[in-house]
Formats: sequence, C-alpha cells, structure tokens
Amino acid sequence: MITRSANRITGGHQRGPARPGSDMGSMTSRYDSLFVHVVAKGIVPLVQIFAFYVITHGHYSPGGGFQGGVMLAASIILLRISIGEDSYQRFPREAGLAIAGFGSLAFALLGFASVLFGGNFLEYAMAVPGMEPDTLRYWGIFFAEVFIGFLVWGALVAIYDAMNTGGVE
Amino acid sequence: MIWQLDFWLMLILIAAAVTALEVRDLLAAVGVLTGYSFLMALLFAELGAPDVALTEAALGAGLTGVFLLVALAFLDRRSED
Repeated sequence: MITRSANRITGGHQRGPARPGSDMGSMTSRYDSLFVHVVAKGIVPLVQIFAFYVITHGHYSPGGGFQGGVMLAASIILLRISIGEDSYQRFPREAGLAIAGFGSLAFALLGFASVLFGGNFLEYAMAVPGMEPDTLRYWGIFFAEVFIGFLVWGALVAIYDAMNTGGVE
Repeated sequence: MIWQLDFWLMLILIAAAVTALEVRDLLAAVGVLTGYSFLMALLFAELGAPDVALTEAALGAGLTGVFLLVALAFLDRRSED
C-alpha cells in the first residue's frame, strides 16, 4: 500500500510535519520552497494563456487541440508537483476524467451532427442545413480543435494522477 | 536552412542519445532524454516543421520527463544492468 507523504521525486526536501489532510497517498506531494511556489503560481497562468492561444489559432497556424491540451495538462501537473495538495482544491482528482469525458463526448456529437443531415462523420459542411459551407467548415474545425484540447487536457492529468498514486484511488 | 546549426544540433543530439543510454543514474538519464527532446524540437523548427516542433517541445520536453520521473519514484535510482 502506497501511503507516504514524503516527496520522493524531490527527495527529503519536505520540512516539518506533513500538514493535515496532506496524505493523498501520492508518490509526489509538495515541494516546500517559497521560490518554487511563487514561480510556479506565476508561470501557470502564462502557460495556460499560451495554451488557449495555441488551441484557438490551431486551424490556421501551427499547433492545435493536441498541443494546446498538452500545455494545459502540463500547467496543471506543474501545480501538482509544486504546491501539492493545494492543487487538488483548484483542480480536483475527478475533474481530469470529467473534462476528458466532456471533450470526447462533445467531439463525437460534433462528428455525428452532420450524419443526421445526410453527411459523413465530421463532414462539417453538412452539419447545419442552410448555412454557408465555408463558414460551417471554419467553425467545425475550430470546435473540433477545442474539444480535442479538452480531451487531451483531462486525459493527461488523469494519467498523471493515476501514475502518481500507483493506480490507487 | 543553416547547415552549421543543423550540424551542431545533430552532433549534440547524438551525444545526448548515447549519454542517455550509457549513464548509470536513471534520474540523469531522464534529464538527458528531456534535453534530447528539446534539441529535437529545435531541429524540427529549424527544418521548417513548426507543428512537429511544438508537439515535440510540449510532449517530449515537457510531459514525458514528468511521467518518467513519476515512474522513477517507484524504482531504484541506479540502473542494475
């Protein structure tokens, strides 16, 4: 049974007694250094803004849903590593799989929207009858990128959480 | 394309790959592998593939290192073979 609150990655830098409720049964918990906390908390919003830029400009510039989603997941994992259990209040354990489920479900619905009106899967031009096909294709690719971003974001954070606790809930 | 930049990046890339394979300390191997991914991203960007470079920088140099570190927390730090 893996229930240790010591930070094994950063090895022995945890000073003082573990805070109450800090034992999440995780392999990596918290790096107790003011500099690490301040820098991590300052950098996370910038990473997230850049990730949103990459996602929302993915249909006509390098990047896209996958890359932006990886950056969003990296920002959450940075919080997990640096501030430890406080990050579970900002981004709870269940949120990872919930966001991934929302992303995949929304992507599937977007893909099947055109099937309802006689098109193929993900044939955006057929998704809404009566609208300009170019506009539909533009927004279809845009929303596909956004939903893929959600899927990758949630799934990677969920993978990290599962690995971090050794698969124990 | 700047062939001098390509040449040195390739050279450091091969050195990093050999180092990651040969080094005994697994933590150091993870670090060198992350550096390898970053050099790879630079090389991709230099070769005119910014999309691949962005993926490599985000995944290879970012998340893969963290996942390997978490896996390493379950293992001994020194390589046995």
